[in-house]
Amino acid sequence: MSTHDHDHDHDHHEPLVVEDDQGNQEGQLLADALQSLLARKGLISAGEVMLEIQAIESPGLHLGAKIVARAWADPGFKARLLENGKNGAAELKIKVGEAQLVVVENTPAVHNVIVCTLCSCYPRSILGQPPSWYISKAYRARTVREPARVLEEFGLTLPAGVPIAVHDSNADMRFLVLPLRPEGTEGWSEDRLASLVTRDSMIGVAQPLPATAA
Amino acid sequence: MATRERPVARFAPGDRVTVLELGKAGHIRTPHYVRHHSGEVVQFCGHFLNPEDLSVGCTGGPVIPLYRVQFRMDDLWPGYDRHPGDVLVIEIYDHWLAPAATATH
Repeated sequence: MSTHDHDHDHDHHEPLVVEDDQGNQEGQLLADALQSLLARKGLISAGEVMLEIQAIESPGLHLGAKIVARAWADPGFKARLLENGKNGAAELKIKVGEAQLVVVENTPAVHNVIVCTLCSCYPRSILGQPPSWYISKAYRARTVREPARVLEEFGLTLPAGVPIAVHDSNADMRFLVLPLRPEGTEGWSEDRLASLVTRDSMIGVAQPLPATAA
Repeated sequence: MATRERPVARFAPGDRVTVLELGKAGHIRTPHYVRHHSGEVVQFCGHFLNPEDLSVGCTGGPVIPLYRVQFRMDDLWPGYDRHPGDVLVIEIYDHWLAPAATATH
């Protein structure tokens, strides 16, 4: 935001940014106008647009949680998943729509966190739409620069001796964090394990829920 | 799929590379904060259409190699002192990379 007091004389706008929670009138007006024009030309129908929106919004983080739970329960699956995330997900009949899924494993020796500094790249086909903070400029700029501080603001304080690996998801790969399996979950069913897997733990800004939460 | 021009991947995991400053405008995927920095290739991701071409409607290729490159955080950011093992891994297309000069870092 400019601090120059003469700027109000100019017909200037911030570029359209999705983090504008105030409701982005310009973008909405443009989309509405385009849709009615395409409908009037007979190129699309309103119903088709609705179906497409539903298809985009239907994947949810339960898919990611299912993948994580299987990886916790089945070491063979985990190895294959880490080798090729897309093929691993396919074993569970989960289709990853993005070019490739890279699964990064949290261990006592490394903590992984995902960010897209350029926009909002996110494994939408297994986690749904990204949270608004993931798209915010603050998260994007700060996570690559001071990840430990950002994590602390999420309530995650890592031991000082644990290295952090930040993954900037800036191109064709998509990333899923395989969180540390909570203690006290030995012998649990995959469904029960999945109930501990949160969205934030799969982005790397939180640990999964403790066993007592199930 | 039709055969596309498919340049050979110049780098392999373990190679030291330096991110170039190509001075390009438009839809580029190489953020400024890694330019001029050297890191290590950790994965060859495959061949992909160049987003710089795609953004202006050129979908005919060629496809280009894409790598994941790992940098030390204390190389990227002056004064970074949390942990010497902290790293950043980012995807970089082939034409933005050069072999790193030896004896860096």
